[in-house]
Amino acid sequence: MSSNKKYWKSVEELNENSSVVETLQQKEFTEEIPVDEFLGDKDSLESSKTSRRDFLKYVGFSTAAASLAACEGPVIKSIPYVVQPERIVPGVANYYASTIADGFDFASVLVKTREGRPIKIENNDLSVAKSGANARVHASVLSLYDTERVKRPMIEGRNVSWEEFDREVKAELENVNGEIVLLTQTFASPSTTRLIEDFSSKYPNVRHVVYDTVSEDAALNAFQAKFGKRALPNYDFSKAETIVSVGADFLGDWHGGGYDAGYAKGRVPENGKMSRHIQFEANMTLSGANADKRVPVKPSQQKAILAALYGYIVGGSSTSNLSGAIDNAVVKAASQLRKAGSGGVVVSGIPDNDAQALVLAINEALGSEVMDTANPRLIRQGNAQAVKELVADMKSGSVGALLMAGVNPAYSLPDSLEFSKALENTAVSISFSLKPDETAVLSKYVAAVPHYLESWGDIQYTEQDFSLMQPAIKPLFDTRQFQDCLLRWSDNDQSYYEYLKETWAGGFGDKSWTDALHDGTFKATSPVSLEIAEQAPNVDVSSAARNLANAEVNNGLELSLYTNTALGDGQQANNPWLQELPDPITRACWDNYLTVSKADAEELGLVNEHVSNGALNGSYVNIKLGDTTVNNVPVMIQPGQAKGSVGLALGYGKKEAMQEEMQVGVNAYLLYKDFKSVQNISLEKVPGMHEFASVQLHNTLMGRGDIIKETTLEIFNTKDAHVWNKVPEVSLDHVEKPVTSPEVDMWEGFDRSVGHHFNLSIDLNACTGCGACVIACHAENNVPVVGKTEVRRSRDMHWLRIDRYYSSEDNFRDDLEKKNNISGLGSSLSEFKEMEEPADNPQVVFQPVMCQHCNHAPCETVCPVAATSHGRQGQNQMIYNRCVGTRYCANNCPYKVRRFNWFDYTRNDEFDYHMNNDLGRMVLNPDVTVRSRGVMEKCSMCIQITQKTILDAKREGREIEDGEFYTACSAACDKGAMTFGDINNDGAVIRELKEDDRMYHLLEYVGTKPNVMYQTKIRNTTEA
Amino acid sequence: MKKVKYRNSTSRLWLLSVAFFVSCTFLSWSQEEAEQGADAEVQEEQVEEAAPSGLGDPANGKSLFNSLCAACHKPYSKSIGPALHGVTEKRDMPWLYQWIENSADLIASGDDQAVAIFEEYNNTPMPGFPQLSEDEVNDILAYVEQPKPEPATAAAGEGAAQGGDGSQGGVSVNVILAILVFVLVMLLVVLFLVNKTLKNFAEASGVVTPEKPKRKPLWKAFVENQFLVLVISIVVLLAVAYFGYGWFMQVGVDQTYQPIQPIHYSHKIHAGDNQIDCKYCHSSARTSKQAGIPSLNVCMNCHKTISEVAPETATAEYSKEFYDGEIAKLYDAIGWEPSTQSYSGETQTVKWVRIHNLPDFAYFNHSQHVSVGGVQCQTCHGPIQEMEVVYQDAPLTMGWCVNCHRDTKVKMEGNEYYEKIHEELSTKYGVEELTVAQMGGIECAKCHY
Repeated sequence: MSSNKKYWKSVEELNENSSVVETLQQKEFTEEIPVDEFLGDKDSLESSKTSRRDFLKYVGFSTAAASLAACEGPVIKSIPYVVQPERIVPGVANYYASTIADGFDFASVLVKTREGRPIKIENNDLSVAKSGANARVHASVLSLYDTERVKRPMIEGRNVSWEEFDREVKAELENVNGEIVLLTQTFASPSTTRLIEDFSSKYPNVRHVVYDTVSEDAALNAFQAKFGKRALPNYDFSKAETIVSVGADFLGDWHGGGYDAGYAKGRVPENGKMSRHIQFEANMTLSGANADKRVPVKPSQQKAILAALYGYIVGGSSTSNLSGAIDNAVVKAASQLRKAGSGGVVVSGIPDNDAQALVLAINEALGSEVMDTANPRLIRQGNAQAVKELVADMKSGSVGALLMAGVNPAYSLPDSLEFSKALENTAVSISFSLKPDETAVLSKYVAAVPHYLESWGDIQYTEQDFSLMQPAIKPLFDTRQFQDCLLRWSDNDQSYYEYLKETWAGGFGDKSWTDALHDGTFKATSPVSLEIAEQAPNVDVSSAARNLANAEVNNGLELSLYTNTALGDGQQANNPWLQELPDPITRACWDNYLTVSKADAEELGLVNEHVSNGALNGSYVNIKLGDTTVNNVPVMIQPGQAKGSVGLALGYGKKEAMQEEMQVGVNAYLLYKDFKSVQNISLEKVPGMHEFASVQLHNTLMGRGDIIKETTLEIFNTKDAHVWNKVPEVSLDHVEKPVTSPEVDMWEGFDRSVGHHFNLSIDLNACTGCGACVIACHAENNVPVVGKTEVRRSRDMHWLRIDRYYSSEDNFRDDLEKKNNISGLGSSLSEFKEMEEPADNPQVVFQPVMCQHCNHAPCETVCPVAATSHGRQGQNQMIYNRCVGTRYCANNCPYKVRRFNWFDYTRNDEFDYHMNNDLGRMVLNPDVTVRSRGVMEKCSMCIQITQKTILDAKREGREIEDGEFYTACSAACDKGAMTFGDINNDGAVIRELKEDDRMYHLLEYVGTKPNVMYQTKIRNTTEA
Repeated sequence: MKKVKYRNSTSRLWLLSVAFFVSCTFLSWSQEEAEQGADAEVQEEQVEEAAPSGLGDPANGKSLFNSLCAACHKPYSKSIGPALHGVTEKRDMPWLYQWIENSADLIASGDDQAVAIFEEYNNTPMPGFPQLSEDEVNDILAYVEQPKPEPATAAAGEGAAQGGDGSQGGVSVNVILAILVFVLVMLLVVLFLVNKTLKNFAEASGVVTPEKPKRKPLWKAFVENQFLVLVISIVVLLAVAYFGYGWFMQVGVDQTYQPIQPIHYSHKIHAGDNQIDCKYCHSSARTSKQAGIPSLNVCMNCHKTISEVAPETATAEYSKEFYDGEIAKLYDAIGWEPSTQSYSGETQTVKWVRIHNLPDFAYFNHSQHVSVGGVQCQTCHGPIQEMEVVYQDAPLTMGWCVNCHRDTKVKMEGNEYYEKIHEELSTKYGVEELTVAQMGGIECAKCHY
């Protein structure tokens, strides 16, 4: 079944004659070792003055010198605390519950600190808001140690003391000529709201404008119009039976993100049931990739689809003005939604008030339990209109002082130039900033603010769910929080910490302040009334539906701007971990690019080509939108991109406060006119080819199939497991035997029933490809960052990669089935065409792959120095100090998970990332060796963590319970896609998973007996 | 015969010088012994003399003082409470009796002196000692009123310090050896001279010594004997390989590394003489991978009251002044002012030199060994309680670790964690006690990751 299906990672693989793919399948290391470069050819060797004898002399001398130098050991100092804080024990980690709230990402987290320095972010399982940490949140700990941070307050570029700063600013504010405007991110903080009120009462003419860099304005407006509050409906996708998304990437950053954990819960088939997810979208997003059915449509069509959906479900209409195939899909979606009733939900990302009003109406009509409007989200409160008015006021000179906190309008506003001019028109400009960014550079006053790991705060996710932010380290620099500054300037002697406690005095319900701080999260009612203008409900849904249905269909190209998994809105662009995190869909890092459909690319003459080592190159285009042109945008041909649409990620192209290596990509905010993510643009091809760092062809499994197993819910429910999840068979004496049976084994197995034996299960149904595990692995295991050029050479060091496979029904039987099912002319035309073009709308599977910890590991047998060996607990152990770098093991690994240190990535100016400066090195995990040049490394199954769990149990003299063992990736996965545990523990979850019908091993027929297992992907293809 | 005369005078000179040297050494010994004896006598005399006639028995007083008062008081200097020497002159006896019996009552009654002293010492209340009779109080006072025996101990200390490198038991053996060597050399010289003289005699008396036939030189014979050359070169090569290997294997092994520390902290005094548990200071050894260098506030738990060492702590090598100076260094670092008994708030870090340095790629966890395994600190760190200056006792090589893991039995009794695995493994290996290696303790990634 599943093995008939063809999976591919790159369109290049669909080309049967591709020499590149052929090479990559045959070779482990695509880059030739440049022997000629250092040895030279015969001629140059002969003409060289350095003879062989000289060479030997040098070798001899350096060996002698090295051994002599080794005799003298360095003197290492050991400096204890003078007075040791009570809770710090050197060598033992402390955890603090805190919250990230940078205006884009909001999540309740646990901060792991060692000797007082935060080294890792983990999920806070207690979080009442169920806000899991995504890749950016996991990486935020490295942004704390950013060398580009503002280190002290500055006035006109001059370093000053806080006393002087306070004096000058207060004088300015007291004598201000015009309005004082606070332009801030969404704080969603009751105490800050209260504080701004206090500030307003101290100074006359204070206006607070909330600006979300990536706006949810339309959804906020629609909600406000209906419910009177400026908030967003909250969704619990774990309750959903049918999810229809029209252009909403709700597994990404839509409405503030964090919905993926609930979604994943509903996706794992339980009692034969799982949710069905239908996605209409233009760009290939994470949501589309996870959908059971994905219909690629242009943004302008999405409006019509939503209107039609409304018509079918609420309006009672039976026809729409959509084309055949799409209408068919909408009809089916509507009937499925109706069938699901309260389990149905429609979400939309169309940046249009009418569209968002329709979504609320449809869900209300369905009686959806998934949508919660009683406890709405408050983590987006920006007001696009107010921001526009502010810029106009600034230009007219009516703004006397502008205080900007948590935002960087000079970079992120579409008319950043206009804003810069308006800022010059403002007498007093104060930027509260972590970095000397575009806005700070233009501001007269720069107030250095601390990172969230050095700050106090309270966060209101939703009306009832709260969370506290507490510092996990003393401020590294001479910084002060925005709130502390406001307190000081409104003549309040309290610190913000005291102010915060005062706000919450007695407000935690049954929890004390200490308990609330310990848990970091609690349910309550806000002690501060919301800063929301109540507005009478005023919605005319039917006219909204009419407007949408009649929205003009654009024939040109439509651009959908999106935020990608790695950089989001671009606040952490100077974070090397995030820059090197491959995009889950395109597998490219260190770049943003225009995603174009294959058809459009052909029309415009745009190409993507693989050079001989597998690296990807792409054409350049200029994007024109009205008077704005964004030049030299590289093009990535994206399977599944709706024809007539293109996509571009926001958050790149930053220049200020950025290390040179990380100034990559183009600034797409220039195209973010009117805070609308959809724009009509035109493209113009320009000469030149862009070099991508895309890992989509890297580390392929050598052309071997049977990597992904998938089936449909129907087959899963009705057929026996060996039909859809057959154990591969091998021939023994001409008799087919399952590969798992002991007699076909070439090796004698060890007794693995004693002690712990670790297994990791990865559920392909629950994995959404979010990349949090990749960053968690980086942080836990000191995985180095290698930079764009090295990634291009396939030398990325990720211990854990998330492979993304495309597939389409391109095996013979499915095609036949498809042909038989064709009905009507419209359908036949489109589907015959589809069959010719598998890349137009592929299905996507994400598969995290790390070392499989084979019980019969091929790498172990080929190591000449026994640097890799097997442990009794199941780990395949890699011993760096024993490794001499032959790389035989990597050659022999069928899973391509071993990574070679081609260079020293620490203290090396060639790799000027966090491991090359003292500040950045503070993030290193002291329990894991920092590898040096010339050794192999790979996933260790986080043996440092399992060893610690065991040691804790030994010390306390108790048995270990199920659920105590974890790895960095399994802990980071709030989707529950990764389960780690001890299979020798009776009743452990992992043991059930190992017995599960869906369980299979990667490349099982090779007979490696891995300790990592996968759960077959099930798609709910049941059409109602 | 000139030569004869010459010879006699040389040997005589030698003999004389030997005799002189030997007598000198013996003389210096006896001198020092006498000196030390005298010192001790002086000390004792002073103590005897010191007992003032009016008060009780200072010997009993001393034991009472040490058990009841010494936590807060010192005879001659301030501590938590005031110095007690001279207290009988400052206060009258009834007041003292009353104060010692119950100071709180006295303060409550509003006695000026009592309130003043209470306030002077940061309102720290002194516990009452109603169990002490007046006689016993007299004994204590008699003890504290003894004059300070400072000069004598100082002299003794200095004397000892001077004699430090000179002539202890070990040195005399060296001298005897030197003399023996000298005598042997003398014998050789005498023999040579005798031989020469005899030859001269023979020549003079015309005895002809038969001339030896000229033989092939030895080295030529050796070179021509290929077998011998082969054997010897193999032996030489083997020897070079053996010693070369040994030399290379000690590269990076810092056994006996004994650096000089910024503060001369004597483990011998603390862990040896005073028997302070290692884990009192290195407390994180119980819970952490690092044993931890104690922070200075841990030192101050005791050294708040111990600002100087007892005279008997001083050794020949290190005087009392030396030790007191080292304690002063601690006070400087943590900013403690002994005269006012307060912290100045100005601190400095102490940069100890790390002695036991494992390479970064080796993971070692103290709590695993100390708390779980119950391994004595001395097993790896050597006789730490005898080390005046700590040195690295074990080689800390991988072979050393692995050998111990092979031999050591895991301490499993009473630890629920081990119950299941012990049962399974002991049946598997057929043994009752399991070694660390059998538990998987020599797998590579147990220490390298």
